[in-house]
Amino acid sequence: MINETFNLKSTDQKATRDGFGLGLVAAGKNDERIVVLSADLKESTRVEAFAKEFPQRFFEIGVAEQNLATVAAGLATYGKIPFITSYATFSPGRNWEQIRTTACINDVPVKVIGCHAGLTVGPDGATHQALEDIAIMRVLPNMTVIVPCDSNEAYKATLALAQTNKPAYLRLGREKTAVITTDATPFEIGKAIIAMDTDTHDVGIIACGSGVYLALLAAQELGSEGINATVINLHTIKPIDREAIIAIAKSAGAIVTVEEHQIAGGMGSAVAEVIVEEHPVPMEFVGVRDSFGQSGTPSELMNFYNINVAAIKIAVQDVLKRKG
Amino acid sequence: MALSDEQVKNLELQATAVRQSILEMLVAAGSGHTAGPLGMADIFTALYFHVLHHDPKNPTWENRDRLILSNGHIVPVRYAAMAHAGYFPVEELLTLRKFKSRLQGHPERHALPGLENTSGPLGSGISQASGVALGLRLDESKLAFPKPHVYCCISDGELNEGNSWEAIMFAGKNRLANLTVITDRNNIQIDGMTEDVMPLEPLADKWKAFNWHVIEIDGHNFTEIINSINQAKAITEKPTVIIAHTIPGKGIPEIEFDYKWHGVPPTREQADVWLKQLRTLQGKIESGHGE
Repeated sequence: MINETFNLKSTDQKATRDGFGLGLVAAGKNDERIVVLSADLKESTRVEAFAKEFPQRFFEIGVAEQNLATVAAGLATYGKIPFITSYATFSPGRNWEQIRTTACINDVPVKVIGCHAGLTVGPDGATHQALEDIAIMRVLPNMTVIVPCDSNEAYKATLALAQTNKPAYLRLGREKTAVITTDATPFEIGKAIIAMDTDTHDVGIIACGSGVYLALLAAQELGSEGINATVINLHTIKPIDREAIIAIAKSAGAIVTVEEHQIAGGMGSAVAEVIVEEHPVPMEFVGVRDSFGQSGTPSELMNFYNINVAAIKIAVQDVLKRKG
Repeated sequence: MALSDEQVKNLELQATAVRQSILEMLVAAGSGHTAGPLGMADIFTALYFHVLHHDPKNPTWENRDRLILSNGHIVPVRYAAMAHAGYFPVEELLTLRKFKSRLQGHPERHALPGLENTSGPLGSGISQASGVALGLRLDESKLAFPKPHVYCCISDGELNEGNSWEAIMFAGKNRLANLTVITDRNNIQIDGMTEDVMPLEPLADKWKAFNWHVIEIDGHNFTEIINSINQAKAITEKPTVIIAHTIPGKGIPEIEFDYKWHGVPPTREQADVWLKQLRTLQGKIESGHGE
């Protein structure tokens, strides 16, 4: 059954970037150390409201992502908590080394907000579809990596990140997606949420971001076909919730991961690192298989690259065959 | 206020001691950079022994001036100046680049109190310094007088980096008058002379075009160093860059101006000869017959 704090029937559609924008204003009210820097993408990264509310604490950097990260590192070293916004292919894409050295080795609270991540940015095409950002951020020591599943969760993640003294990456999407969590859904950095549980466990589906909704829809259909699938919303990729992953590996004995990202180095890889070390069970991955995207509508692309309900169901069938 | 002869003499002696420490450190480490640290010894001595408002016993003092080092590879000069200024025992300098040492090959903020930033990859110092300057400006009303000033030492070679110019544009736009950049204009980089590898001239004009106040000095003349910093702090409309013309390897005639000494340390035998030369120089300065 679905987690009682989730609402799969909701008709509400919002983008995760919108939840972030609201969370940022709330965080700014709570704490005057919060400052925001944007690389000429104030409106589309949803920091305009913050800029209007706190003009003294908003800095326009221009199209200069390396400077975006490093000015923020200076502010954070001084004692501020900077949120930096751009598209994920540019930040953390272009400025990875600056984030590594000046945010992570310095170990200061620069919050990197990567918008328009994944295939669902759509018509802009391959250059703008960040499919590697989870991989390049989660490999960095000191870094926290969060991929919220809807705008509510993005709101909560923003508030939570504003309160930590560590560097962090928050991955956001452009498109409106189903709002499936509610005010009552808990959010704690590093604590996975069981979004759908079953009395007996045939398979565990671990998802993040847009994959969570798809996983829930797939699990519902699987349930009606007699397969009990538990769905875990792994919103925090780092620090990863080892306990939750080990528990589902033990109880279900088979895992499928779902993400709008390259399989190499992504959330599924992070899960596999835990599984292999702690409790090896068969795994299947739903995600992009070593290719770049292309122009198209979000749904055309998600279908073409096999990140949809049908692909999840096939992955479940495949992993069950290997379960033995 | 102009420096007295006595002050100049004391700074010259201090700089000679810093140069001696740099040679000892590099020999003990068996690797590291020689030319840059020796070339910047006078400027770091001026900073730590005359310019900075700082407290070696309280390196996190809120009202301290901030010194950001952008070209992390010259950090031996910073370590040496810090040790002589009382941040940590001079003997610890010999742990440079060793396992578990606080004196990492490139500076790490968390390793040693008193370091303001982590650097090594080039071109990110001006932006980090701009961030600190911006933070100080936001909190200006809360800070006691004299307000902290931000200094950032950079190399000329790292002006090849796009990140440097992004930051120069940003600080110019925001009129960060509480930021002073000191450019080590020693004309060398790893592969050769800067004007051969990737020409920087007309360098002063470039900074001016980005809305900076520009001062050019002899980076080995303490009076010019101190006067330029005083002038920089008096400019309230824009950030200042001091283009300090320096001699790579300064103090060791055998290696001065030679770009091949960018990234190699001296042998024990070479260092012994050079340390003797520095002691002779020290004697000359003490007797009033220095350079």
